[in-house]
Amino acid sequence: MNALNSLMDGFATAATPMNLLYATIGVVLGTAVGVLPGIGPAMTVALLLPVTYSMEPTSAFIMFAGIYYGGMYGGSTTSILLNTPGESSSVVTAIEGNLMARAGRASQALATAAIGSFVAGTIGTALVVMFMPLVARFAVSMGAPDYFAVMLLALLTVTAVLGASRLRGFASLGLGLAIGLVGIDSVTGQRRLTFGQAPLADGLDIVVVAVAIFAVGEALWVAAHLRRKAARTIPVGQPWMGRQDWGRSWKPWLRGTAYGFPFGALPAGGAEIPTFLSYVTEKRLTRHPEEFGKGAIEGVAGPEAANNASAAGTLVPMLALGLPTTATAAVMLAAFTQFGIQPGPLLFDKEPKLVWALIASLFIGNALLLVLNLPLAPAWAKLLQIPRPYLYAGILFFASLGAYAVNLQAFDLVLLLVLGALGFMMRRYGLPVLPLVLGVILGPRAELQLRRVFQLSGGDVSGLWSEPLAVVIYVVIAVVLLWPVVRWLRGLRRQAEAPDVVGAPHPEDTSEVGHLTGTGGRDEQ
Amino acid sequence: MMDALRGRSELGVAALLGVVGVLVAVDASGLDAGTAQVGPVGPKVVPLLVAGMLLVCAVLLAVDVLRGGQGELEAGEDVDLDQSSDWRTVLLLVAAFVANIALIDRVGWVISGTVLFWGSVYALGSRHYVRDAVVAVVLSVATFYGFYVGLGIALPAGILQGVL
Repeated sequence: MNALNSLMDGFATAATPMNLLYATIGVVLGTAVGVLPGIGPAMTVALLLPVTYSMEPTSAFIMFAGIYYGGMYGGSTTSILLNTPGESSSVVTAIEGNLMARAGRASQALATAAIGSFVAGTIGTALVVMFMPLVARFAVSMGAPDYFAVMLLALLTVTAVLGASRLRGFASLGLGLAIGLVGIDSVTGQRRLTFGQAPLADGLDIVVVAVAIFAVGEALWVAAHLRRKAARTIPVGQPWMGRQDWGRSWKPWLRGTAYGFPFGALPAGGAEIPTFLSYVTEKRLTRHPEEFGKGAIEGVAGPEAANNASAAGTLVPMLALGLPTTATAAVMLAAFTQFGIQPGPLLFDKEPKLVWALIASLFIGNALLLVLNLPLAPAWAKLLQIPRPYLYAGILFFASLGAYAVNLQAFDLVLLLVLGALGFMMRRYGLPVLPLVLGVILGPRAELQLRRVFQLSGGDVSGLWSEPLAVVIYVVIAVVLLWPVVRWLRGLRRQAEAPDVVGAPHPEDTSEVGHLTGTGGRDEQ
Repeated sequence: MMDALRGRSELGVAALLGVVGVLVAVDASGLDAGTAQVGPVGPKVVPLLVAGMLLVCAVLLAVDVLRGGQGELEAGEDVDLDQSSDWRTVLLLVAAFVANIALIDRVGWVISGTVLFWGSVYALGSRHYVRDAVVAVVLSVATFYGFYVGLGIALPAGILQGVL
């Protein structure tokens, strides 16, 4: 009941006219950038960080919450109307969604996506209200060894599970950790990797890194391969659903939510696996199997709900442990740090007003999305026709502006270009960008915990596994890392039994999910 | 020898990983925390681990590439991977970007931002010179005043000081 009272207070804070305005701005902006190719919620939050410097933190986060959910929704609109999903989490939605749109059922596809997002987002946020205080209470008892293990788990699973190539994921993670090292060591005051450059002493501003990798790298990459003929969008009217569509949608929504939330809430979150699982489940359970592959509404309703529920679930580790598992959550964590707020178990005691207002605004944002997006869908579809030179020039323009406004020094623009070139190279050679961004943000935190562990244990390595939770987590990490080796060995044995099988599984081989979502970890940028 | 390297530009990525790894390792070994060190793990340990990870990745990636492995090019809404890389566009964009860096502190954001936007639009293939210029100027002036009035951030006015 205590949580309910706090939530009511949160609604009181979030429902002031000013904060409602910010929520609306966030939702509209989030949907717009989600719809627009090349921009995603993570990039948007990063670009807006400088703008929010002078804002009240609560208002800023209410706006970010709107962008977060709005971006998820906008991404699915694009994938349904264009069949070229920008975010790896909407790859699955695109399969049946685009087929429906081409069969003349775009309105129904958009409607089931919008209403499914609302249902999943609302249930997911309610689950956040239930679980987060529990996790936070539990997290208070976690020691440095546990924290280090959990951070390691998040870094390794995001690297190893997502994307097509593990090796390239780890290369990306290594680069991110190296970038995270730059600056004055917080414990001893030593300058690391500053090469005598004074501006580097404070470390690389995470805003600059995120904007460079997401915005500049993306703009340059698209520019190198810009589609000369704009992709054809499918014209769409008002989204609506008939009685039969409702009947076929509501169960997939709930099942998708059930898949999405736990995967999002685990420190190894991400929407790829639950959306895929939901698709497979709906395909098996449907009474209209003949429609799958021709545009089945269940194949849109389920994955889209899973996607949004997982987005809600991601907030549990982000707020309760300070542990981001998606690009947007990582940038939001950077935003917390910018405001001098430390997410983690103590957040509820120190900033109860902010946390509950944030959660209340998630409910409000979800409702706003539904109200705004059903009538606005045709307008969003028009947005897809913006001339590409303006779109990508605009991205570079605002990226430069945002990065410069942080410290007002041209040096940051040089960094922006250099890291943007790195982002370009990563897209060219299939290095996923998410491990790099997480490495930059989590690396220094993990190092701090590691050093604490050794201070406590007096240098004894066994301090790392001195707490039961840490031991459990290391077992999980071992399973995640060794899984492909097991598969590879099994493949070898099978090959020995049937020597004429061509194409033995390689350790670098992509899993089935990896194939389907193998866009190289462009997870909800 | 050259044949073996053809189409293996990804080896450059492995080289980059290796160079960064060596840089991190060299930098770390030059650190001396002295009396400031608290606890047994000093400022060197984690950088050395990261360097080791980068070097291992560099070697494994080089091996993978030489055995025919290939990173997957990233797809996207506006990306057409059937075309070969359009370096002219990329270089023109970089030129516009560098112009902004060089100009921003000298002539101010309004002019450098205009150059950046107009140059980028041109690089990306738009040929509506006048319309593009109008959009560029409007965007730059609007952001200048928006940041100043709305956020209290004074972007450099440069040579337009007094005019703006």
